[in-house]
Amino acid sequence: MSPEAHSTAIGPRGVAAAHGSTEQGHTGAHPPRLAHHFDSYAQQRESASLGVWVFLVTEIMFFGGLFTAYILYRSKYPEAFIAGSHQLDVMLGTINTAVLICSSLTMAMAVRSAQLGRSKAIAGFLVATIVLGSVFLGIKATEYHHKWVEHLIPGHDFHLEIDHLPTHHGKPVASELPSGVVGESRADVPLPSAGPQDIQAHTQLFFFLYFGMTGLHAVHMIIGVGLLVWLIRPSLRGMFDGNNHNYVEGIGLYWHFVDIVWIFLFPLLYLVGRHG
Amino acid sequence: MSSTTHVLPLRVYFAIFFALLVLTGTTVAVAFVDLGPLNNVVALGIAACKATLVILYFMHVRYATRLTSLVIVSGVFWLAIMVGLTLADYATRGWLGVPGR
Repeated sequence: MSPEAHSTAIGPRGVAAAHGSTEQGHTGAHPPRLAHHFDSYAQQRESASLGVWVFLVTEIMFFGGLFTAYILYRSKYPEAFIAGSHQLDVMLGTINTAVLICSSLTMAMAVRSAQLGRSKAIAGFLVATIVLGSVFLGIKATEYHHKWVEHLIPGHDFHLEIDHLPTHHGKPVASELPSGVVGESRADVPLPSAGPQDIQAHTQLFFFLYFGMTGLHAVHMIIGVGLLVWLIRPSLRGMFDGNNHNYVEGIGLYWHFVDIVWIFLFPLLYLVGRHG
Repeated sequence: MSSTTHVLPLRVYFAIFFALLVLTGTTVAVAFVDLGPLNNVVALGIAACKATLVILYFMHVRYATRLTSLVIVSGVFWLAIMVGLTLADYATRGWLGVPGR
Protein backbone atom coordinates (compact mmCIF):
# COMPACT_ATOMS: atom_id res chain seq x y z
CA MET A 1 0.00 0.00 0.00
CA SER A 2 1.38 3.36 -0.96
CA PRO A 3 1.62 6.28 1.43
CA GLU A 4 -0.88 8.13 -0.76
CA ALA A 5 -3.46 5.39 -0.33
CA HIS A 6 -2.84 5.46 3.42
CA SER A 7 -3.39 9.18 3.66
CA THR A 8 -6.95 8.83 2.38
CA ALA A 9 -7.88 7.20 5.67
CA ILE A 10 -7.59 10.34 7.70
CA GLY A 11 -9.22 10.37 11.08
CA PRO A 12 -11.48 13.09 12.43
CA ARG A 13 -8.52 15.15 13.42
CA GLY A 14 -6.45 14.46 10.33
CA VAL A 15 -3.79 12.47 12.12
CA ALA A 16 -2.26 11.06 8.94
CA ALA A 17 0.77 13.26 9.44
CA ALA A 18 1.65 11.36 12.57
CA HIS A 19 2.95 8.55 10.42
CA GLY A 20 5.84 10.54 9.01
CA SER A 21 8.80 8.67 7.65
CA THR A 22 7.99 5.45 9.46
CA GLU A 23 5.44 4.57 6.79
CA GLN A 24 5.63 0.91 5.94
CA GLY A 25 4.35 -1.16 3.09
CA HIS A 26 1.59 -3.68 3.55
CA THR A 27 4.06 -6.51 3.99
CA GLY A 28 6.23 -4.59 6.43
CA ALA A 29 6.04 -4.77 10.19
CA HIS A 30 3.68 -2.41 11.99
CA PRO A 31 4.54 -0.65 15.20
CA PRO A 32 3.64 -2.97 18.07
CA ARG A 33 -0.12 -3.23 18.62
CA LEU A 34 -1.00 -0.65 15.99
CA ALA A 35 -3.42 -2.21 13.52
CA HIS A 36 -2.40 -1.40 9.97
CA HIS A 37 -5.69 0.28 9.10
CA PHE A 38 -4.94 3.03 11.61
CA ASP A 39 -2.54 5.87 10.93
CA SER A 40 -1.50 6.42 14.51
CA TYR A 41 -2.04 5.23 18.05
CA ALA A 42 -4.09 8.33 18.74
CA GLN A 43 -6.45 7.51 15.87
CA GLN A 44 -6.64 3.90 17.01
CA ARG A 45 -7.46 5.01 20.57
CA GLU A 46 -10.15 7.41 19.45
CA SER A 47 -11.76 4.83 17.17
CA ALA A 48 -11.85 2.33 20.02
CA SER A 49 -13.44 4.67 22.55
CA LEU A 50 -15.85 6.01 19.95
CA GLY A 51 -16.92 2.46 19.17
CA VAL A 52 -17.57 1.74 22.84
CA TRP A 53 -19.56 4.96 23.11
CA VAL A 54 -21.76 3.97 20.17
CA PHE A 55 -22.44 0.71 22.00
CA LEU A 56 -23.20 2.64 25.20
CA VAL A 57 -25.72 4.78 23.30
CA THR A 58 -27.62 1.59 22.44
CA GLU A 59 -27.40 0.75 26.15
CA ILE A 60 -28.91 4.13 27.01
CA MET A 61 -31.89 3.24 24.83
CA PHE A 62 -32.00 -0.29 26.29
CA PHE A 63 -32.28 0.97 29.87
CA GLY A 64 -34.27 3.96 28.61
CA GLY A 65 -37.23 1.73 27.82
CA LEU A 66 -37.42 0.63 31.45
CA PHE A 67 -37.00 4.20 32.68
CA THR A 68 -39.86 5.25 30.38
CA ALA A 69 -42.08 2.53 31.85
CA TYR A 70 -41.07 3.68 35.33
CA ILE A 71 -41.97 7.33 34.65
CA LEU A 72 -45.27 6.31 33.11
CA TYR A 73 -46.46 4.07 35.94
CA ARG A 74 -45.10 6.25 38.70
CA SER A 75 -47.07 9.21 37.36
CA LYS A 76 -50.13 6.95 37.18
CA TYR A 77 -49.84 5.26 40.60
CA PRO A 78 -47.74 7.57 42.83
CA GLU A 79 -49.05 6.08 46.12
CA ALA A 80 -48.14 2.54 45.11
CA PHE A 81 -44.63 3.65 44.18
CA ILE A 82 -44.23 5.33 47.55
CA ALA A 83 -45.49 2.18 49.31
CA GLY A 84 -43.16 0.00 47.23
CA SER A 85 -40.16 2.24 47.77
CA HIS A 86 -40.70 2.07 51.52
CA GLN A 87 -40.19 -1.68 51.37
CA LEU A 88 -36.62 -1.13 50.19
CA ASP A 89 -33.71 -0.61 52.56
CA VAL A 90 -32.30 2.90 52.17
CA MET A 91 -29.20 2.00 54.19
CA LEU A 92 -28.26 -0.94 51.94
CA GLY A 93 -29.04 1.13 48.85
CA THR A 94 -26.81 3.97 50.04
CA ILE A 95 -23.97 1.59 50.93
CA ASN A 96 -24.23 -0.02 47.52
CA THR A 97 -24.13 3.39 45.84
CA ALA A 98 -20.94 4.23 47.74
CA VAL A 99 -19.44 0.82 46.90
CA LEU A 100 -20.13 1.39 43.22
CA ILE A 101 -18.61 4.89 43.31
CA CYS A 102 -15.49 3.41 44.97
CA SER A 103 -15.35 0.79 42.22
CA SER A 104 -15.56 3.54 39.60
CA LEU A 105 -12.58 5.25 41.25
CA THR A 106 -10.52 2.04 41.25
CA MET A 107 -11.53 1.46 37.62
CA ALA A 108 -10.41 4.97 36.70
CA MET A 109 -7.15 4.28 38.55
CA ALA A 110 -6.71 1.06 36.53
CA VAL A 111 -7.11 3.03 33.30
CA ARG A 112 -4.65 5.65 34.54
CA SER A 113 -2.14 2.94 35.45
CA ALA A 114 -2.56 1.50 31.96
CA GLN A 115 -1.87 4.93 30.47
CA LEU A 116 1.36 4.98 32.48
CA GLY A 117 2.23 1.38 31.59
CA ARG A 118 2.34 0.17 35.19
CA SER A 119 1.38 -3.47 34.75
CA LYS A 120 1.15 -4.52 38.38
CA ALA A 121 -0.81 -1.41 39.37
CA ILE A 122 -3.34 -2.13 36.60
CA ALA A 123 -3.85 -5.66 37.87
CA GLY A 124 -4.12 -4.44 41.47
CA PHE A 125 -6.78 -1.88 40.64
CA LEU A 126 -8.63 -4.41 38.49
CA VAL A 127 -8.75 -6.82 41.44
CA ALA A 128 -9.97 -3.99 43.70
CA THR A 129 -12.70 -3.18 41.17
CA ILE A 130 -13.69 -6.85 40.94
CA VAL A 131 -13.90 -7.10 44.74
CA LEU A 132 -16.03 -3.95 45.01
CA GLY A 133 -18.27 -5.11 42.18
CA SER A 134 -18.71 -8.45 43.94
CA VAL A 135 -19.56 -6.70 47.21
CA PHE A 136 -22.24 -4.75 45.35
CA LEU A 137 -23.68 -7.95 43.87
CA GLY A 138 -23.56 -9.64 47.27
CA ILE A 139 -25.51 -6.85 48.94
CA LYS A 140 -27.96 -6.91 46.02
CA ALA A 141 -28.42 -10.67 46.48
CA THR A 142 -29.10 -10.12 50.19
CA GLU A 143 -31.75 -7.56 49.31
CA TYR A 144 -33.34 -9.94 46.80
CA HIS A 145 -33.44 -12.61 49.49
CA HIS A 146 -35.22 -10.22 51.88
CA LYS A 147 -37.81 -9.57 49.19
CA TRP A 148 -38.29 -13.30 48.69
CA VAL A 149 -38.87 -13.87 52.40
CA GLU A 150 -41.26 -10.92 52.56
CA HIS A 151 -43.42 -12.14 49.64
CA LEU A 152 -42.46 -9.19 47.50
CA ILE A 153 -41.57 -11.16 44.37
CA PRO A 154 -44.10 -10.05 41.74
CA GLY A 155 -46.11 -12.86 40.21
CA HIS A 156 -45.13 -15.25 42.96
CA ASP A 157 -47.26 -15.14 46.11
CA PHE A 158 -46.97 -11.37 46.16
CA HIS A 159 -48.41 -9.79 49.24
CA LEU A 160 -47.60 -6.34 50.50
CA GLU A 161 -48.18 -6.17 54.23
CA ILE A 162 -48.75 -2.59 55.11
CA ASP A 163 -49.91 -1.40 58.48
CA HIS A 164 -50.39 2.03 57.02
CA LEU A 165 -50.14 3.76 53.72
CA PRO A 166 -47.19 6.09 53.65
CA THR A 167 -49.00 9.19 52.56
CA HIS A 168 -48.42 12.86 53.09
CA HIS A 169 -50.34 12.94 56.34
CA GLY A 170 -48.95 11.15 59.34
CA LYS A 171 -45.34 10.45 60.27
CA PRO A 172 -45.10 6.73 61.05
CA VAL A 173 -42.98 5.87 58.01
CA ALA A 174 -40.03 8.07 58.84
CA SER A 175 -40.02 7.11 62.50
CA GLU A 176 -39.42 3.42 61.84
CA LEU A 177 -36.63 3.89 59.35
CA PRO A 178 -33.68 3.73 61.76
CA SER A 179 -34.41 0.07 62.34
CA GLY A 180 -32.82 -0.41 58.95
CA VAL A 181 -34.40 -3.73 58.21
CA VAL A 182 -37.13 -3.78 55.63
CA GLY A 183 -40.49 -4.94 56.82
CA GLU A 184 -39.37 -5.56 60.36
CA SER A 185 -41.98 -3.21 61.70
CA ARG A 186 -44.95 -4.76 60.03
CA ALA A 187 -48.04 -5.28 62.12
CA ASP A 188 -51.17 -7.28 61.59
CA VAL A 189 -53.24 -4.24 61.02
CA PRO A 190 -55.85 -4.41 58.26
CA LEU A 191 -55.08 -2.71 55.01
CA PRO A 192 -56.20 0.88 54.58
CA SER A 193 -59.66 1.45 53.26
CA ALA A 194 -58.54 3.19 50.09
CA GLY A 195 -58.53 0.42 47.52
CA PRO A 196 -56.41 -2.28 49.17
CA GLN A 197 -56.63 -4.51 46.11
CA ASP A 198 -55.51 -1.71 43.83
CA ILE A 199 -52.53 -0.82 45.96
CA GLN A 200 -51.51 -4.49 45.97
CA ALA A 201 -51.63 -4.71 42.21
CA HIS A 202 -49.95 -1.37 41.64
CA THR A 203 -47.19 -2.02 44.18
CA GLN A 204 -46.59 -5.32 42.43
CA LEU A 205 -46.03 -3.24 39.32
CA PHE A 206 -43.40 -1.25 41.20
CA PHE A 207 -41.65 -4.48 42.11
CA PHE A 208 -41.79 -5.70 38.52
CA LEU A 209 -39.88 -2.56 37.60
CA TYR A 210 -37.59 -2.85 40.63
CA PHE A 211 -36.53 -6.38 39.73
CA GLY A 212 -36.44 -5.65 36.02
CA MET A 213 -34.23 -2.59 36.36
CA THR A 214 -31.93 -3.76 39.17
CA GLY A 215 -31.81 -7.23 37.62
CA LEU A 216 -30.73 -5.91 34.22
CA HIS A 217 -28.23 -3.69 36.01
CA ALA A 218 -26.90 -6.69 37.97
CA VAL A 219 -26.52 -8.68 34.74
CA HIS A 220 -24.40 -5.83 33.41
CA MET A 221 -22.34 -5.89 36.60
CA ILE A 222 -21.76 -9.65 36.28
CA ILE A 223 -20.64 -9.22 32.66
CA GLY A 224 -18.40 -6.33 33.77
CA VAL A 225 -16.78 -8.42 36.51
CA GLY A 226 -16.17 -11.17 33.95
CA LEU A 227 -14.51 -8.70 31.57
CA LEU A 228 -12.31 -7.37 34.38
CA VAL A 229 -11.19 -10.88 35.34
CA TRP A 230 -10.31 -11.54 31.71
CA LEU A 231 -8.35 -8.27 31.62
CA ILE A 232 -5.94 -9.23 34.42
CA ARG A 233 -3.75 -11.53 32.33
CA PRO A 234 -2.96 -9.17 29.44
CA SER A 235 -2.32 -6.45 32.04
CA LEU A 236 0.31 -8.54 33.82
CA ARG A 237 1.90 -9.43 30.50
CA GLY A 238 2.66 -5.75 30.00
CA MET A 239 0.34 -5.36 27.04
CA PHE A 240 -0.79 -1.85 27.93
CA ASP A 241 1.09 1.43 27.82
CA GLY A 242 0.56 5.06 26.88
CA ASN A 243 0.07 4.16 23.23
CA ASN A 244 -2.18 1.18 23.60
CA HIS A 245 -4.62 0.69 26.48
CA ASN A 246 -7.84 0.37 24.53
CA TYR A 247 -9.09 -2.74 26.29
CA VAL A 248 -8.73 -1.17 29.72
CA GLU A 249 -10.22 2.13 28.57
CA GLY A 250 -13.13 0.45 26.78
CA ILE A 251 -14.06 -1.88 29.62
CA GLY A 252 -13.61 1.11 31.96
CA LEU A 253 -16.13 3.12 29.92
CA TYR A 254 -18.59 0.23 30.20
CA TRP A 255 -18.02 -0.04 33.96
CA HIS A 256 -18.57 3.69 34.49
CA PHE A 257 -21.72 3.54 32.39
CA VAL A 258 -23.13 0.79 34.59
CA ASP A 259 -22.29 3.00 37.58
CA ILE A 260 -24.23 5.88 36.00
CA VAL A 261 -27.29 3.64 35.51
CA TRP A 262 -27.21 2.89 39.24
CA ILE A 263 -26.79 6.59 40.05
CA PHE A 264 -30.24 7.10 38.51
CA LEU A 265 -31.79 3.86 39.78
CA PHE A 266 -30.93 4.59 43.41
CA PRO A 267 -33.03 7.74 43.95
CA LEU A 268 -35.81 6.51 41.65
CA LEU A 269 -36.28 3.21 43.48
CA TYR A 270 -35.13 3.78 47.06
CA LEU A 271 -35.92 7.41 47.80
CA VAL A 272 -39.51 7.85 46.64
CA GLY A 273 -41.62 9.83 49.09
CA ARG A 274 -39.34 9.20 52.07
CA HIS A 275 -40.40 12.41 53.76
CA GLY A 276 -43.74 12.86 55.50
CA MET B 1 -0.75 15.03 17.88
CA SER B 2 1.12 13.42 20.73
CA SER B 3 1.53 9.67 20.43
CA THR B 4 0.80 8.98 24.09
CA THR B 5 -2.39 9.86 25.84
CA HIS B 6 -3.24 12.68 28.19
CA VAL B 7 -2.90 11.46 31.80
CA LEU B 8 -4.99 13.27 34.39
CA PRO B 9 -3.38 14.08 37.76
CA LEU B 10 -4.47 11.96 40.72
CA ARG B 11 -6.08 14.85 42.54
CA VAL B 12 -8.67 15.19 39.74
CA TYR B 13 -9.85 11.62 40.28
CA PHE B 14 -9.97 11.99 44.05
CA ALA B 15 -11.80 15.31 43.85
CA ILE B 16 -14.46 13.74 41.59
CA PHE B 17 -14.70 10.70 43.86
CA PHE B 18 -15.20 12.92 46.90
CA ALA B 19 -17.80 15.03 45.10
CA LEU B 20 -19.72 11.89 44.11
CA LEU B 21 -19.83 10.67 47.71
CA VAL B 22 -20.95 14.07 48.99
CA LEU B 23 -23.68 14.25 46.36
CA THR B 24 -24.85 10.74 47.32
CA GLY B 25 -25.11 11.80 50.96
CA THR B 26 -26.93 14.96 49.92
CA THR B 27 -29.51 13.14 47.83
CA VAL B 28 -30.29 10.74 50.69
CA ALA B 29 -30.56 13.57 53.23
CA VAL B 30 -32.76 15.72 50.99
CA ALA B 31 -35.08 12.77 50.33
CA PHE B 32 -36.19 12.91 53.99
CA VAL B 33 -37.10 16.58 53.79
CA ASP B 34 -40.51 17.46 52.39
CA LEU B 35 -39.98 19.79 49.44
CA GLY B 36 -43.18 18.84 47.67
CA PRO B 37 -42.69 18.25 43.95
CA LEU B 38 -39.19 19.70 44.26
CA ASN B 39 -38.03 16.41 45.84
CA ASN B 40 -38.09 14.76 42.42
CA VAL B 41 -36.37 17.71 40.78
CA VAL B 42 -33.57 17.70 43.37
CA ALA B 43 -33.12 13.91 43.24
CA LEU B 44 -32.88 13.85 39.45
CA GLY B 45 -30.78 17.03 39.37
CA ILE B 46 -28.21 15.53 41.75
CA ALA B 47 -28.21 12.27 39.78
CA ALA B 48 -27.62 14.24 36.58
CA CYS B 49 -24.73 16.13 38.23
CA LYS B 50 -23.15 12.87 39.37
CA ALA B 51 -23.55 11.31 35.92
CA THR B 52 -22.01 14.40 34.30
CA LEU B 53 -18.99 14.26 36.62
CA VAL B 54 -18.45 10.57 35.85
CA ILE B 55 -18.80 11.14 32.09
CA LEU B 56 -16.54 14.19 31.94
CA TYR B 57 -13.69 12.98 34.15
CA PHE B 58 -13.81 9.23 34.84
CA MET B 59 -14.77 8.61 31.21
CA HIS B 60 -12.44 11.35 29.93
CA VAL B 61 -15.07 12.88 27.68
CA ARG B 62 -13.93 16.37 28.59
CA TYR B 63 -10.66 15.58 26.82
CA ALA B 64 -12.19 13.56 23.98
CA THR B 65 -12.93 14.79 20.48
CA ARG B 66 -16.14 16.59 19.58
CA LEU B 67 -17.19 13.58 17.55
CA THR B 68 -17.35 11.52 20.76
CA SER B 69 -19.33 14.27 22.49
CA LEU B 70 -21.72 14.42 19.55
CA VAL B 71 -22.38 10.68 19.79
CA ILE B 72 -23.15 10.99 23.53
CA VAL B 73 -25.39 14.03 23.12
CA SER B 74 -27.25 12.29 20.30
CA GLY B 75 -27.83 9.30 22.60
CA VAL B 76 -29.37 11.52 25.27
CA PHE B 77 -31.37 13.34 22.59
CA TRP B 78 -32.88 10.11 21.28
CA LEU B 79 -33.67 9.04 24.83
CA ALA B 80 -35.54 12.34 25.28
CA ILE B 81 -37.50 11.61 22.09
CA MET B 82 -38.45 8.16 23.32
CA VAL B 83 -39.53 9.38 26.77
CA GLY B 84 -41.11 12.61 25.51
CA LEU B 85 -43.21 11.14 22.73
CA THR B 86 -44.33 8.17 24.82
CA LEU B 87 -45.46 10.43 27.66
CA ALA B 88 -47.10 12.83 25.20
CA ASP B 89 -49.15 9.88 23.94
CA TYR B 90 -50.24 8.67 27.37
CA ALA B 91 -50.86 12.17 28.71
CA THR B 92 -53.17 13.13 25.87
CA ARG B 93 -55.17 9.94 25.34
CA GLY B 94 -58.15 11.19 27.26
CA TRP B 95 -58.34 14.52 25.47
CA LEU B 96 -60.47 13.40 22.55
CA GLY B 97 -63.45 11.10 22.71
CA VAL B 98 -63.54 7.90 20.76
CA PRO B 99 -66.07 8.04 17.88
CA GLY B 100 -68.95 5.68 18.32
CA ARG B 101 -68.52 5.32 22.03
